[in-house]
Amino acid sequence: MNFIVKPSKESIKTYVPIGLSLVFLSFFDVFVNAFFNFNLMEFLPTQLSYFLPLILGFIGFHLIRIEFSGVRSLDILNKNINSNNFNALLTLLTIFIIIKSIPPMLDWFILDANFAGNSKDDCTGDGACWVFIKVWFNRFMYGLYPDAEQWRINTAFLILFAVVGASFFVSEKLKKYFILFLIFVFPFLGIKLISGGSFGLEYVESAAWGGLSLTFIISAFAILFCFPIGVILALGRRSSLPAIKYISIGFIELWRGVPLITVLFMSAVMFPMFLPDGTFIDKLIRVLIAITLFEAAYMAEVVRGGLQALPKGQYEAAKSLGMGYWRMNALIILPQALKLVIPGIANTLLALVKDTPLIFVVGLMELAGMIGLAKTNPKWLGMAMEGYVFAGLVFWIICYAMSRYSQNLEKKLSTER
Amino acid sequence: MNLKKLNIENKKIRDLIPQVLTVLALLSVIIYFAINAQINMGNRGISFGFGFLNQEASFDITFSMIEYDGSHSYGRAFLVGLLNTILVSVIGIFFATIIGVVVGISRLSDNYLIAKVAEWYVEIFRNIPLILQIFFWYFAALRALPLPENGISFNDISFLTIKGWYVPKFIWTNFNIFLLSIITAFIAIYFINSYATKQREQFGKQIPTIIISLATLILIPLITFLFLGVSLTFEYPVLKQLSPTVFTYEGGVSIIPELIALALALSMYTATFIAENVRAGILGVGKGQKEAAASIGLNKNQILKLVVMPQALRIIIPPTTNQYLNLTKNSSLAAAIAYPDIVLVFAGTALMQTGRAIEIISITMLTYLTLSISISIFMNWYNKKMAIKEK
Repeated sequence: MNFIVKPSKESIKTYVPIGLSLVFLSFFDVFVNAFFNFNLMEFLPTQLSYFLPLILGFIGFHLIRIEFSGVRSLDILNKNINSNNFNALLTLLTIFIIIKSIPPMLDWFILDANFAGNSKDDCTGDGACWVFIKVWFNRFMYGLYPDAEQWRINTAFLILFAVVGASFFVSEKLKKYFILFLIFVFPFLGIKLISGGSFGLEYVESAAWGGLSLTFIISAFAILFCFPIGVILALGRRSSLPAIKYISIGFIELWRGVPLITVLFMSAVMFPMFLPDGTFIDKLIRVLIAITLFEAAYMAEVVRGGLQALPKGQYEAAKSLGMGYWRMNALIILPQALKLVIPGIANTLLALVKDTPLIFVVGLMELAGMIGLAKTNPKWLGMAMEGYVFAGLVFWIICYAMSRYSQNLEKKLSTER
Repeated sequence: MNLKKLNIENKKIRDLIPQVLTVLALLSVIIYFAINAQINMGNRGISFGFGFLNQEASFDITFSMIEYDGSHSYGRAFLVGLLNTILVSVIGIFFATIIGVVVGISRLSDNYLIAKVAEWYVEIFRNIPLILQIFFWYFAALRALPLPENGISFNDISFLTIKGWYVPKFIWTNFNIFLLSIITAFIAIYFINSYATKQREQFGKQIPTIIISLATLILIPLITFLFLGVSLTFEYPVLKQLSPTVFTYEGGVSIIPELIALALALSMYTATFIAENVRAGILGVGKGQKEAAASIGLNKNQILKLVVMPQALRIIIPPTTNQYLNLTKNSSLAAAIAYPDIVLVFAGTALMQTGRAIEIISITMLTYLTLSISISIFMNWYNKKMAIKEK
């Protein structure tokens, strides 16, 4: 290309307008083609009209690639998307693909989609049938929990959000009590409120729980329990006592070596064999134990990373102050070690949330499970796409928010150092 | 003197007590479970043992790489499941590595658009649970494919339909000789490379090893085709009408949709993690290293090959192996869409039929455990070997 024309700073006034108009023309052609299904270059042979936007754009980008042009916006443009021929090609292809994929997506999600109505027959368009989500929304959120009792789940989560929200605004001293309440009182209060059975609340068995609220319940409890167990296992693995050390290693490696699905299978079919005949442990509790132990092993490895990263001097200093093992760990070592591994902890918790749909193995149905149930309902066949897109979106928002929050936390804490 | 001795003993005892207590607690839990298990199994009239592995399985498996039908044993069914797990893991690892490396490098591209697209790929596919992605591909995307009679055709050689992907079958004659020739080629390449290294280190001679190696790899198998009677023909899938409305393809190999969905989801999900590893690895090589390499006169390719990549790989490989392991373990999600992997075949169907929960779950977990532990032993060895040796 260079031997044909070599755009230079001197002739910037001729090259840039021509180049920009060529680039614009190529985008415009693709745009018109994608949105209005109209081919501007129809008079040309098929193959040529197909590749023409690419060729035009490529020439255009070549013409505006002028180093140190003195025009600030042009320099930024060249530096970021147009630094050489290969980059220009990649840029063009990316933009073309984005333009091309917008109309079908837009059609499916919004323009041809159906929002009104309450049965499958109301879905007449080619696009998504959001009526499905609308009708089943209640089930997707609460599972088979009785409609009349759903205020209990709402109240439990409202209290949770209120307390968490309030704890951001109160003084440090009060905050401590708020956190203690959240860890030691609220979980049991909340679970009592949701399961019922006393205080005049109707009993709702755990098999009826489901939907997104079950995802939250399981995640919350597993996070709550797996954290202390993980810390203890990590300390155990670093212990100087051989028996404790090797038991911890064995425990951690056992759980980390097997997939969660086999652990859940185990809790469903093998665990009852280990209990006295006739003992019945609720399915949900068995699943919670399985997930908690599984994630605790991963948590232990993360915390161990933090413990190893601390300089030896910290241990020696704590010991020289006359602190015992537990006081040393609780006051000196763990606060520093845990701070170091916040990204790792956040990743483990994220993995935990993403693992919750696996409870379908034992027949519990959270969001993905409820969609599986809804899409096999004879009245709503063929709604898999809508269902899984919806579930994917919900999970994505939750997980993305979590990962963003952990990144912010990491940044905030790292500036303190 | 006495006091000191007493103190040491005191410490020993102090150390011993928690250990003994932990071991005792663990033992009592195990014994309690074992006694209960024995009573429960006694009540159901089954005894602990692995003899059932030789019994006839009498169930069919939809997809098998070795010969299998209902008359084979449970042991054979286990093997079928294991092979299927390995198959999907190998396919997943292959594609995850390719996508991961491309996306990881793209994230560092100086092209803003490419870097952004790669970033969003990672953010989107990493933050959606894998099981949902598998469901999406299997229940939503692949179900939208056409029926066999209007299958999407690739040059009439291979067809993509709702019932799977039909590809040509390779029919070899004297495949053993061909395999042997490939192995010979690799051994030859090994010797050529070590010879070239020696020449370079001793005499400073550069030998174009890549071209010679490629030529060896092509030439030796080619000789077997020309002179040793190895040949390869293809059997193409052909559309066949079973009844007025039912069509199917005959011949060729059918890749079942379960396998496609699983491999797609596994590789796209794991690729996000591999991409992050690759990015971290390349960023982890200090700028000073590149500048130092440039200042002693290496060109761009040499810098990448001799300075950046060896150091980046040291950072990339350990976490990536971990991801490979995760992918293998995640392939157990196959059970959700009925791909006959080890969990579905063995911990699912076989367990239902025999009722031997303890034996079957133990075997399944042990299989995965053996895999993980052998890989982590290998990784420890590798890390020790690759660790920077400080003088």
